[in-house]
Amino acid sequence: IQMGLAENQLCFDLVENWVKNNPASSICTPEGSSGFKDIAIFQDYHGLPQFRNAVANFMAKVRGDRVKFDPDRIVMAGGATGAHETLAFCVANPGEALLVPTPYYPGFDRDLRWRTGIQLVPIECKSSNKFKLTIEDLEAAYETAKLNNIKVKGLLLTNPSNPLGTILDGETLRSVVAFTNSKSIHLICDEIYSATVFDGDAAEYVSIAEIVDEDRNSNVAPNRLNLDLIHLVYSLSKDMGFPGFRVGIIYSYNDVVVGCARKMSSFGLVSAQTQHLLGSMLADDDFVGEFIAANRRRLSERHRRFTAGLERVGIRCLRSGNAAGLFVWMDLRRMMKEQSVEAETALWKVIIDEVKLNVSPGTSFHCSEPGWFRVC
Amino acid sequence: IQMGLAENQLCFDMVEQWMNNNPSASICTSQGARGFKDIAIFQDYHGLPEFRNAVAKFMGKVRGERVKFNPDRIVMAGGATGAHETVAFCLADPGDAFLIPTPYYPGFDRDLRWRTGVQLVPIECQSSNNFKLRIEDLESAYDMAKLNNVRVKGLLLTNPSNPLGTILDGNTLRSIVSFTNDNNIHLICDEIYSATVFDKPDYVSVAEVVDEYLNNANDDGEGDDGNSNGPRPTLNLDLIHIVYSLSKDMGFPGFRVGIIYSYNDVVVSCARKMSSFGLVSTQTQHLIGSMLSDDDFVDEFIAANRRRLAERHRAFTGGLAEVGIRCLKTSNAGLFVWMDLRRLLKEQSVEAETALWRVIINEVKLNVSPGSSFHCSEPGWFRVC
Repeated sequence: IQMGLAENQLCFDLVENWVKNNPASSICTPEGSSGFKDIAIFQDYHGLPQFRNAVANFMAKVRGDRVKFDPDRIVMAGGATGAHETLAFCVANPGEALLVPTPYYPGFDRDLRWRTGIQLVPIECKSSNKFKLTIEDLEAAYETAKLNNIKVKGLLLTNPSNPLGTILDGETLRSVVAFTNSKSIHLICDEIYSATVFDGDAAEYVSIAEIVDEDRNSNVAPNRLNLDLIHLVYSLSKDMGFPGFRVGIIYSYNDVVVGCARKMSSFGLVSAQTQHLLGSMLADDDFVGEFIAANRRRLSERHRRFTAGLERVGIRCLRSGNAAGLFVWMDLRRMMKEQSVEAETALWKVIIDEVKLNVSPGTSFHCSEPGWFRVC
Repeated sequence: IQMGLAENQLCFDMVEQWMNNNPSASICTSQGARGFKDIAIFQDYHGLPEFRNAVAKFMGKVRGERVKFNPDRIVMAGGATGAHETVAFCLADPGDAFLIPTPYYPGFDRDLRWRTGVQLVPIECQSSNNFKLRIEDLESAYDMAKLNNVRVKGLLLTNPSNPLGTILDGNTLRSIVSFTNDNNIHLICDEIYSATVFDKPDYVSVAEVVDEYLNNANDDGEGDDGNSNGPRPTLNLDLIHIVYSLSKDMGFPGFRVGIIYSYNDVVVSCARKMSSFGLVSTQTQHLIGSMLSDDDFVDEFIAANRRRLAERHRAFTGGLAEVGIRCLKTSNAGLFVWMDLRRLLKEQSVEAETALWRVIINEVKLNVSPGSSFHCSEPGWFRVC
């Protein structure tokens, strides 16, 4: 049984219903095909205005309309995969580094490093404080890198986290931003799981966009932050369950990065056919509101049942206030022969070969402690 | 009036009709919506099998079924733009170079060089032989690069040519393949305009040269006259790669259907992993997979495309001829003409060409593309779409 792929298949009934009721959103239906030509020939790397507006609208609604996004800062990429690579090309030179808290999504090793030549410097987080990133660890990793003559260009956060399924509280996020700002390094926030925050009060999720907004609106110390250092990566692959559509988004507060990333988007634009469909779908406020709410409800329900079932057999998962993501971070340390990577791998093989469940071992996420598994 | 964009808008009537008759090609129609989820979650970088099969078939039909393409060598990219960059990443290191005949598509300067660090070394072609690439020029450009310590990794040909609208005859193409083969450098053939060949002479794709070689390799080496032809040179197919797209042949630049077709297994595999950075939307893969597997539609489309391109070309060049303006007479393909305005220049210089261009833009109000933007070695030529 495949439990190794973080897919969101919970709301396709809503999507299919919407699609049937909105035939003009397709260029292939009788209602929409008169628009086929204009869409098929549209190759402007700014993207369809309605697409950018709709994505900006969706991103805001996911954040409870606590912030607005400027459609002119929405830049396309080939999925979040392409978005991460493009941002790395924009903010760093070969040999330079990005700090990344562990455990992290294994794809980053390839996406951020392969063709760009940049390095990743891990910041090891510990189960003793629920793998939460601490400012001390961040500072220590930064200083150590400097000592090793590694030029750190930025910090990459995934919030909500993959594989942990946790979110950063507002205070920690503000401290992180203060740190990157003070060192004049970039902050890249991957918010690909932002609409999967399902537990507790969803309003407790704090997006980097809200921190930026606070700073802009601040009367006490206006514009303390250098916004040119702040960038968001987004995608519809996880929140909507559309990984096949390759909708990667770069949202940067830095005009030069927007300009550069937009030109680079030529290497991975979103198909105009898909821009047209989503430009229509995500502009429908009723649908979006319903989708976001149902998504949360169903994720919460699924999470509750799964973790309860695991608890009944004595298996714990990481619990840390708000939960998010399409997976749980399962603690099987007690089941290992010894606390080692080899023991984790041996346990993993048993789960794969005998229990016949495909789960992902913590070491593949660079987790510093063996025995944790991500289960989708 | 915009005459600077090479767009193909000639056959949308046929495409729209096909769509109205094939609602299940879409995941948004009532007939196709059942398949929405499976398509929306499919992210395998091998691509939908029906998409690869359909593209392979289309490429075969464009070449009059003189060759077959293997769907397993079809790799996706973010348009031809992404395809070219990916091939450059696969074949060359920063500082390495590709040879490229002039005049050439200006986008190559960015697509091939920007993030890859690869250089382009131009091979200047002359109007005296209709800008056709000569082996002597290829050889001397290669030798010159070597003398300058530039590491040439390959040759990039666009055939049919943008901006010339000409095709390479089979013998020249074979000589080029021999040259790259002998010097152990890659040959990248951009065949993005392959379905826009609207007149004789017949188009010869590099795939046909490969096929000839493979078929002859199975022979016992005897010629038609019964005498031995001598030892056959070995063609290293690992050096041959094709870039393709549906942007020009079908007029679908918005769909970002870039294709890399390589005879080199390592390149196929590397490009396929890199395709993660620019996969084709599965919604589009599904539509194209359906459309291009409809043999009747494809045959009709290819024929109509050619007919309408020929008609438009004839009407346009005829009109220009009436006012004494000549176009490159060897052009039989592409979505444009290569117009000779040298006689209208104050002097044979880039500045004079630019001045003339400004007059055309500002006073005649036509957006055409000046030859120097294509790195043409001779001023006074303009591409008009």
